[in-house]
Formats: sequence, C-alpha cells, structure tokens
Amino acid sequence: MKTHFAIALLVCAALVAACTGSHARTEIRVVEFWGMGREGEVVAELVPEFERRNPGIRVAVQQIPWTAAHEKLLTAHVGGSLPDVAQMGNTWVPEFHVVGALQDLTPLEAASASTNREDFFDGIWETSTIDGRLYGVPWYVDTRVLFYRSDLLRDAGFDAPPRSWSEWVRVCAALKAKSGRDDFHPMLLPTNEWPQPVVLAVNLGAPLIAADATAQFSEPKFIQAFTFYLDFFRRRDAPVVAGSQIANLYQQFGEGEFAMLITGPWNVGEMRRRLPAEMQSRWTTAPIPAPDGTPWPGLSIAGGSSLVVFERSEQKEAAWKFIEFLTEPEQQVRFYKLSGNLPARRSAWDDPTLRQDRELAAFRIQLDHTVALPRIPEWERIATAIFEQGELAARGQFDAVEGARRLDVRVDEMLAKRRWVLAR
Amino acid sequence: MNRRKLVASSILHLVLVAGAVATVIPLLWMVSASLMPAGEATAFPPRVLPSRPTLSNYEALFERLNIGRAFLNSAIVAVISTLCSLLFNSMAGYAFAKLRFRGRDRLFRFLVGSLAIPAQVAMLPLFLLLKSMGLVNTYLGVMIPLMATIYGVFLVRQFMLSIPDELIAAARIDGASEWQIYWRVIMPVARPVLATLAIFTFMSAWNDFMWPLVILTSDEKYTLPVAIANLVGEHAQDIELMMASSVLTVIPVLVLFFVLQKQYIAGLMSGSLKG
Amino acid sequence: MKVRRPAFGAEARAGLVFLVPAMTLISVFFALPVIAGFVLSLTDFDIYSLGSVANTRFVGTANYSGLVDNAVFWASLRNTLYFSLVGGPLTIVLALGAALLLNAKLARFKPLFRTIYFAPVVTSIVAVAVVWRFLYHPRVGLLNRMLDLVGIEGIDWLGDPHWAMPSIILLSIWKNFGYSAIIFLAGLQNAPEELYEAAQIDGAGPLRQFWNITLPELAPTFAFVTLITAIGYFQIFAEPYVMTPDGGPLNSTLTIVMLMYREGFRWWNMGFAAAIAFVLFALVFGATMLRGFFRKGVAR
Repeated sequence: MKTHFAIALLVCAALVAACTGSHARTEIRVVEFWGMGREGEVVAELVPEFERRNPGIRVAVQQIPWTAAHEKLLTAHVGGSLPDVAQMGNTWVPEFHVVGALQDLTPLEAASASTNREDFFDGIWETSTIDGRLYGVPWYVDTRVLFYRSDLLRDAGFDAPPRSWSEWVRVCAALKAKSGRDDFHPMLLPTNEWPQPVVLAVNLGAPLIAADATAQFSEPKFIQAFTFYLDFFRRRDAPVVAGSQIANLYQQFGEGEFAMLITGPWNVGEMRRRLPAEMQSRWTTAPIPAPDGTPWPGLSIAGGSSLVVFERSEQKEAAWKFIEFLTEPEQQVRFYKLSGNLPARRSAWDDPTLRQDRELAAFRIQLDHTVALPRIPEWERIATAIFEQGELAARGQFDAVEGARRLDVRVDEMLAKRRWVLAR
Repeated sequence: MNRRKLVASSILHLVLVAGAVATVIPLLWMVSASLMPAGEATAFPPRVLPSRPTLSNYEALFERLNIGRAFLNSAIVAVISTLCSLLFNSMAGYAFAKLRFRGRDRLFRFLVGSLAIPAQVAMLPLFLLLKSMGLVNTYLGVMIPLMATIYGVFLVRQFMLSIPDELIAAARIDGASEWQIYWRVIMPVARPVLATLAIFTFMSAWNDFMWPLVILTSDEKYTLPVAIANLVGEHAQDIELMMASSVLTVIPVLVLFFVLQKQYIAGLMSGSLKG
Repeated sequence: MKVRRPAFGAEARAGLVFLVPAMTLISVFFALPVIAGFVLSLTDFDIYSLGSVANTRFVGTANYSGLVDNAVFWASLRNTLYFSLVGGPLTIVLALGAALLLNAKLARFKPLFRTIYFAPVVTSIVAVAVVWRFLYHPRVGLLNRMLDLVGIEGIDWLGDPHWAMPSIILLSIWKNFGYSAIIFLAGLQNAPEELYEAAQIDGAGPLRQFWNITLPELAPTFAFVTLITAIGYFQIFAEPYVMTPDGGPLNSTLTIVMLMYREGFRWWNMGFAAAIAFVLFALVFGATMLRGFFRKGVAR
C-alpha cells in the first residue's frame, strides 16, 4: 500500500515536473544581443533588471571585440548567423541596410509607448533613418565640440570661447601674440581626422554628396569651408601633423602647446583622468563657433551607436522590448554612469549627474544642433579621402579648389557602382 | 690551448646569454607584470619586479572572466586537429615520397606552388561552404582548415625521402600490406617529423585568432586568443590582467616544445635537406 | 630492382588511397574556396552584391588593371618589399648566427637556450601585441625608458611614419628568427663530422672551416629557409595588423595582405580584394621561380 502510494506520488511529481518543464520551455524566449567591446560588458549589468520585468524573455549577451566586429558581422550576415539585436556604429547602418540585414523598425516604433521620437535628438535620430524608414534606435551619441584652455584664452583677453568664425580667427591671433613660444599653436587639427573639415562644411550647408550619388565638393560652399580649414595651417594657427605623430595629446594640451581642439565626448573622461589635478579648472568645452551671419551655436556632426534588429530574427517582438528598455531614460542614465557614453534622449539629460557636469554642458547644447552625415555605405571611405586630400593641401601641394576637384574625381569613382545600382 | 678554449667558451656563452636575454626580456616582463597588483606596470618611476607578487590577476581570469572555459576549448581544438593532421599529412606525405603512381610529382609541384596563395583570400568562400555544411559554430568548423595542410604534406614528404627504399622493399617481401608498411614500418621511423608537425599544428591551432572568431558565434565556444582579444577591448587599461592571460596562452606550447625539441630538430633536419 | 614490377599496380593503388583524406580536405576546403576567390576577382562583387546577387557584373580583368594606377596599392607593395627585403635577410642572418652558437661544441645548456630562442615563435600573436605595444609605448614603454637612461630622446615608435615600419620589422625578427634558427641548427647537425676533422688536420682555421665546409653543407637548408621566409614575409599580415590595425601612420605599415583584408572585410569590395590576392600570389610565385633559376645556375 505504502509502496503504491509512493509510486503514485512519484508519478504525479514526475508529471508535474514534466508539465512545468515543457511549459517553461515554450514560454521562455531567448533574445540574442551582440555588444561591442566595453559596451557589451556593461549591457550584461543592465540585463537582470530587464529579465526581472519580463519574466518570459531571457537575454543572451555576447561581447564582440571592436577590432574584428565588422568582419564578424559581415560573415555572420552572409552565413545567416546574426543575433536578434545588436549595437551598431551609426555609420555602419547604411551598409547593413544595403545588404538587407536590417529590420524596418518604423511600424514598431510608431506603435511603441516607450520610444518617444520627440525626446531623441534630431540629428542623431536622422543617422539611422534611411529614405524615411527607421532602421536603428539611437542608443548613445557622439558629437564633436571645441575643447579649450580657458586660462590661456583669458590671458589673451578672451573671457569666453569664440562664438563666430571671425572671432575664432581673432582668438588664434591673440593667443599667438600672447604666447611668444615657437612651438605654440593655438589650434590642433590632426590631418588624419575627417570630422574637423566635415564639421566646417556642414556649417556652411555644403551638400557633399547629391541624391544621385555624385560628389559635390567643387560646390562653392564646400570650397569656402575647405579654405577656412586650410587657412588654419596657412596662418600657422595649426601645425601640419597627423594625430599619430602627437606623442601625448593630453600632456601637450596640459603643457599649453596648443589651446583648442575639436574632439568628442570620450576625451572629457580622458582629460579628467590624465591631466593633473591643478589643470582641471583650466580647461573646458564649448559648442562649435558659428559662421558669421548665422545664429550661435554652429553645427556639428551626429555620431554614436544605434540598436538594430536583424531582418532574420525570429524574436523581433522581444528584441524590440529590449531596445525599448535600453533606450528608456532611466536605463540611459545608468548606462552613462557605467560606461561614460552620452544618452541619446533629452529627458535623460535632466539627471543631475549629467545636468551639473560643467564639461558636458557644451555637449548638451551641441546635441540640439547636429547634422546627420550622408547615409550611404561608401561614407567612411569618402571621409578618408577628405582628410587625405586635406592633408596634401595643408602641406601646400595644391589649393582648396584643386583639392576639391581631386576629391570630386576620387569620390565619383567610389560612387560609380552606387550610381549604376540606383539607375537600375 | 686549454686557456684559449676557456676564453672561447666564455665569449661564446656571453653572446649566447646576451642573445637569450634580449629574446626573453619581453616574455619575462610579461610574466613579471602578470604578477603585479593592478596599476603597477604603468607606474612611474618604472618597476621591473612586482612590489609584492600576487596571483590575483590569474584568479580574476578564471573566476570573473571564465577564461578556464576558453582554455578548455583551445585544448580540445588544438589536440584533435593535431592528431588528425598527423594522420592525414603523414599518409599523404608518405605517398608522395615513397609510393609511385602516375602524375605524382606533377601533383606535388602543383601543391608546393599553391603555398604562395594567401589563405585570407579563401576566408569568405570557405565560410560560406562550411555554413552550407552546417559547421558554423562547431569545433569541427574551427579544426577543418588545420587537419590537412600543404605545408604539412610538404614537411612529411621531405623527411620521408630520406627513408631507405630497402626498408619498404624488405617489408613487402615479408608480405606486409601497404597499410601495415605505413603503420608498422614507416611511422616509427618518422617519429621526428611527426614531432615537428605536431608542434607546428598545435601552435597554429592554439594561436589562431581570426578564423575561430569568425566561425564561432557563441562565446562559450571561444578559444583563448579570441577570449583575450575580447579582454583587450574592455580591459586595455588593466595591463597586468592582459599579461596574465598572455602567460596562460604561451605556457602550454612552450612546454610542448621543451619536451619534444630533440625530435623536432631531427624532423627538420632531414626535411630541409631536400628542399 | 629495388621494387618488383608486379607490386607497382598495388603500390600505385595504395598511393592514391593514402592521398585521399588529405587531398579531399585540401581540395574541398582550400582549393575550392581559392577558385571561388579567383572567380570573384573577375567581378565587381561588393556590398551591393551582398544585398542582391543581380548587382554583380562580370568585369574581366578590370580589377587587375585598376591596380596599376592605384596609389595605395603601390604604397602597400613598397611597404611589403621594404619589410621583406630588410626584415627577411636580417631574420635569416640572426637565425644563422644563433644556430652557429647553439651548435658550437663548447656550448652548454643547449636545450634551455633552444627553448628561449624558440619561445617567441610559439607565443600567440595576440599576446605578442599586448606586450610589444606596451614596450613601444612612447611614454611608459620599456624601450624609451632604456633610451632615456642613455640620454637619447624617446621615439614614437608606432606613431612616427618613419619609425613605424622599422618597429614592425624589429618585432617580426624577434618573433620569427627562432623558427629559422632551429632549421639551421638541424642543417648544421647534418654536416658530417669527418669533414671538419680532416680540415683540422690540414690546419684550416675556424673561419676557413666555416667558409669551406659549413656554408656549402648548409646550402640546401639556406635555400629552404629563404623560401619559407620569403613566402611568409611577402604575406605578412598578423604582425602589422595587431600593432597598427589601420596600416597607419600615413599607410606606412600597410602591407599587401592588409590592403586586401581592408578592401575585402572593411569595405566589402570582395572582387577587388581577390584580385589583390592573386597579384600577390603571382609575385611570390615569380620570386620562387627566380630562386629556381638561381639554384640551377649555381648547380652548374
């Protein structure tokens, strides 16, 4: 009798176990997420909260080293082994759109109560929008502003950073006159970086690439911006050096070998870490100066990373939930605190840590004035060509007009295939 | 005379030691830095030795970052591909060296010519091929390109040319089958070249980075170099941790070489002769 | 009369059977992808083709002729030649020197020294990159600290376009010389002892012995080492890639295989990248043919 009972009990237990087991298996959905480098690690710390709120979804985070992320994504796309969601640099979105890897997120976003288009910075939102359709939700942002030595500017008679281009030039002249050092340059414009000439060009509204995929560098607005850029070198306001030739940017900035440079948010953290304590009150940031006759501040470029869903994902709904979670203001603030990456949503910036940060204030202003770059897969190569020609012109091999003409030739060559595809 | 010998010996060892020191400094520094507490490797004024040696970096690797799993993956991949490579390459190398058939030498010359093809050109097509065979994210997918290589066949064949034909002829007269000749007569004689090939294959499998990264999609299958590359991205500041992970990758191959080096050199000895 | 005639059929059959596993693997997993790569090199296969295969055109040899006026390609070719022609001989000479020392009768602790010289060879390139990037660090790196001690101003090893390639060469020599040294050592141990004894009786000094016995005996080994070094160095990729992934500064460390890799896996220009690979193949193949002519000349 006892044994019968025991057997019955066992059978029941087994049945219950089997039922709950299979039940659980059908209910739990696994979303695969690929994060790059440090960000991948940080996401893993946000996941428990998401899983607590969504008991039916489990997120499997995989870290991909930045150095090989592009190769990995390419082969994974070709091999059909992409995850459900991934982080992707904004400039990669057009590439992966062209190969048909990305899910159109427009309808999901339209139906979502959490992602609020109005709350995202405009230029950043644009970077992941192609032909009016949304392919990625901005996660964190990156834009370029002016970093400057406030003490040196004050010594030269400027209590505030330059607000217009002509004032910018005057600041340079005053700094040079004040310094009297041979190795001093008011500006640093590394010749192997494209964002600086491009920032200047977008301020004047240069079109860069036309919709029919033809290069527009000989357009007067670009030539004007390019001339302004090259004049920094001509006047010796900036040295003709590549970033890689600068032994230690922070040390040289701290020692006052140059007083201004245009760079991104990661350098806020680096400057704080690497400059000695007594230097910390002597530098800060400012939005980009505006061309004369246009309202302050000037424009800058919109960069950063977006979250994308892959077209072949079978967990699009759950994947979207995870994106909603990662982009909600509260998580954006947590992410900033863990990784130092700037939030893409305005409301996240209301958090005191961000609002009260002196160096981030300029970024907050600048983020309302950014422009998305041409969204074509060739862009990174075109950007490389811009600084390559810029460097040759800065070394005095030819002038801005000839540089622009050469750019047109090279970029039109790169875009030949695109024009052919568009014409089909 | 004895005095001259002493002087010569001293000079010789002086040069040998100097060369060894120059060679080993980066590696020694790697070991030393791996035992330093965080931040000490980049401290100023510079430090050569840890102030107080600690194993905390190694503990962190195993406990926090689960490097043990990657270690095991690498071991599985390296051991199996080495065994397969030994079997397949030695069979082919033996055939090219000692078994006569039509077109043999032409085929061999063709193979040697293909050594000049950079392997990267085949990466994408190979990936597609393995994908269609369902081998993506499998150990087999990682191992397949290592199992039989032209260089391996070449190495074995060069060695086996020096094995006297009489040995094989005698075995044939004794009525041994071709497989028995290969397995019982040739393989024992070929031990040196097998050691060479074993070290070579193990080394490639253990150290390869790009291919496992591309073919493996889940991190519980990542091999050691891939796992380390992940670390580089996120812990580039933690030099001491990076050094500990480097030490872990180097040791197994170095031990293998130390044990097999006599055989390894003997294997190369006959191999290079008939280049 | 070594092998009886009737066995020939069985022997040939066995030979073919023995080839099957290796040759199957090599043809399916190497030759086939390479052929596919060659077909790609005759097309404009790129990112648009990945979206839809219809966006691919057969372009014949356009990818190859396009290389002729591609400045970056010529720069990468120059860098590769610079690397091979400077780094190759240095590696070989250093390897030979190390082998001669290790082979000296007076030398003690040979296994230890062999292992030390060989250690860089077995060190994973990922680990090497970690250590060397730190050694080359302009401020805290070991190299500049040592220069500092003797009063020389530090060099920005990897950042200065003039020093970047020499830095990569130095690293590559360190990493690779042990491999060739062990091969030389094997070759040296093959030289018959009697020759040296006879020379000693004739009163030949160590230099004469080296010139008249060691070098000629070592000729085949030398040829072999040159061949594998040439092939390896023309295809150099991992060493510069881990130190200067974008081939910088100013493309001064961009080698042919790095360019191929960048075009193929960074910009997705698979057709163009494949063409670069086959040009490199032709170059290396040509170089090894030259060596063949050279050897025939010497033999006569």
